[in-house]
Amino acid sequence: MKYSIFSLARAAFSGHKNWQRAWRDATPKSHYDVVVIGGGGHGLATAWFLASEYGIRNVAVLEKGWIGSGNAGRNTTIIRSNYGLPGNTGFYELSMKLWERMEQDLNYNTMVSQRGVINLYHSDAQRDAYARRGNTMRINGIDAELLDLAAVRKMMPFLNFDNARFPVQGGLLQRRGGTARHDAVVWGYAHAASALGVDIIQNCEVTGFVRDGSGKVTGVETSRGRIGAAKVGMAVAGSSSRVAAMAGMRLPIESHVLQAFVSEAIKPLIPNVMTFGAGHFYVSQSDKGGLVFGGDIDGYNSYAQRGNLPVMEDVCEGGMALMPMIGRIRLLRQWGGIMDMSMDGSPIIDKTPVDGLYLNAGWCYGGFKATPGSGLVFAHLLARDEPHKEAARFRLDRFRRGAMIDEKGQGAQPNLH
Amino acid sequence: MRIVCPFCGERELGEFTYLGDAKSARPAAGASEDEVFDYVYMRDNVAGPMSEYWYHGGGCRAWLKVARNTLTHEISSVEPAAGVGAKQAAR
Ligand SMILES: Cc1cc2nc3c(=O)[nH]c(=O)nc-3n(C[C@H](O)[C@H](O)[C@H](O)COP(=O)(O)OP(=O)(O)OC[C@H]3O[C@@H](n4cnc5c(N)ncnc54)[C@H](O)[C@@H]3O)c2cc1C
Ligand SMILES: [Zn+2]
Repeated sequence: MKYSIFSLARAAFSGHKNWQRAWRDATPKSHYDVVVIGGGGHGLATAWFLASEYGIRNVAVLEKGWIGSGNAGRNTTIIRSNYGLPGNTGFYELSMKLWERMEQDLNYNTMVSQRGVINLYHSDAQRDAYARRGNTMRINGIDAELLDLAAVRKMMPFLNFDNARFPVQGGLLQRRGGTARHDAVVWGYAHAASALGVDIIQNCEVTGFVRDGSGKVTGVETSRGRIGAAKVGMAVAGSSSRVAAMAGMRLPIESHVLQAFVSEAIKPLIPNVMTFGAGHFYVSQSDKGGLVFGGDIDGYNSYAQRGNLPVMEDVCEGGMALMPMIGRIRLLRQWGGIMDMSMDGSPIIDKTPVDGLYLNAGWCYGGFKATPGSGLVFAHLLARDEPHKEAARFRLDRFRRGAMIDEKGQGAQPNLH
Repeated sequence: MRIVCPFCGERELGEFTYLGDAKSARPAAGASEDEVFDYVYMRDNVAGPMSEYWYHGGGCRAWLKVARNTLTHEISSVEPAAGVGAKQAAR
């Protein structure tokens, strides 16, 4: 089914009763060229790029729940490419360029909204750090503008400019950054991949790996039976260590919970995505009017998909420092997702020491923006057996080599990244 | 989540800071590169009961060893971490 203004009109005039399914809910075949574990954004994007870019169409995506039930459907939907270190800078810009053409590529409305991302600064030292980051971005051909106080005041007159402790001094703006509709991204990739023959198999939990005499992975055991595969790719985000353990591997990853919050709907207030630089608080406003916001991870290992009150308090304090008037708004919903926090805060996309098994993990709290880029470079690795040039630094052995990509400079303490 | 500190009693989570898995032990000074690498970078990332270090910065400032289930957040025991505090608590 192809979506267009005409299909929309036709469906509208027939009372929206004749929409076809966006994608096929497949049953497993006995063997695939590539099996991708995990039906989040990354797994589905990988399958689509395998089929569309690398001509490998005998592909299955295995998802233990329903597609988008993990972090893909739980994030605060911010997309940006304002990274500072070699490796990250190029990769996230590749991803940003793919966001800009995603709706045409997938024939699906993923509501990509380049409303701008602004990081506010509150001290001279922070201004200098942001100026440096902005310059790094511009040297790499990425848009960045350093705004002074007057420009921020004009753009967001509703902020608390009288905060004596953390005065707003200005901000670093990436106009091409913004948000996208997370569920639509999942469904868009499912729609486009399914149309090219990819099998999307839900309620299919991988419970083990099938290996031949040499130790090579030749398939997976699942809750829906054994499925053979020439190659297996893992894209299971917060479950990475658990799935890797089934192949006898330990990873440089800890699983942590991150919470998100939505307020009741209010009239249009926040024109962009904005972050508070003196604490950890980021916010945008959804099309329905709710403020969508978040902050730090809770900070302790967790697989529970729910967080605790201290972080909620901290996040709300950050919001109140910037916009005291939101104290009048009620919190509507709150939830948590499980992050695959890596030892340097950057992702890992590589072959593993186990023949036939490939790893895509370590996305921390920032992997939504990476979804298209991650799909492309992981598909490249699976198809060609060599890293894509924009992912050449995301190697699994970089910790041993001392080639960390540590944006925050925190060292091997994942809850601080 | 609340933690019952052996020195201060039941306190809210915000008073505590997390370090991580209490299982991994710092390798001896002459240990091989592999052992040090393993200690610094690799994790069991336990799904289930885990023994871990927490610091009671908002209270007695003692390091604690907490047994907690990472799937449910249920805490089954809290004891002073090895050191001076543990000895005093035992008295
Ligand atoms: C609250 C929150 C806010 C966030 N905000 C942002 C943001 O604003 N911007 C940003 O860039 N990123 C953000 N992120 C991070 C981002 O959501 C993740 O990094 C990204 O979604 C991870 O990739 P994924 O979509 O493939 O993961 P997931 O959607 O988690 O996909 C992994 C899938 O694997 C499945 N799976 C696990 N084990 C198995 C198994 N054994 N067999 C079969 N399937 C299995 C899971 O069910 C899951 O569906 C946020 C995350 C959270 C939780
Ligand atoms: Zn105490």
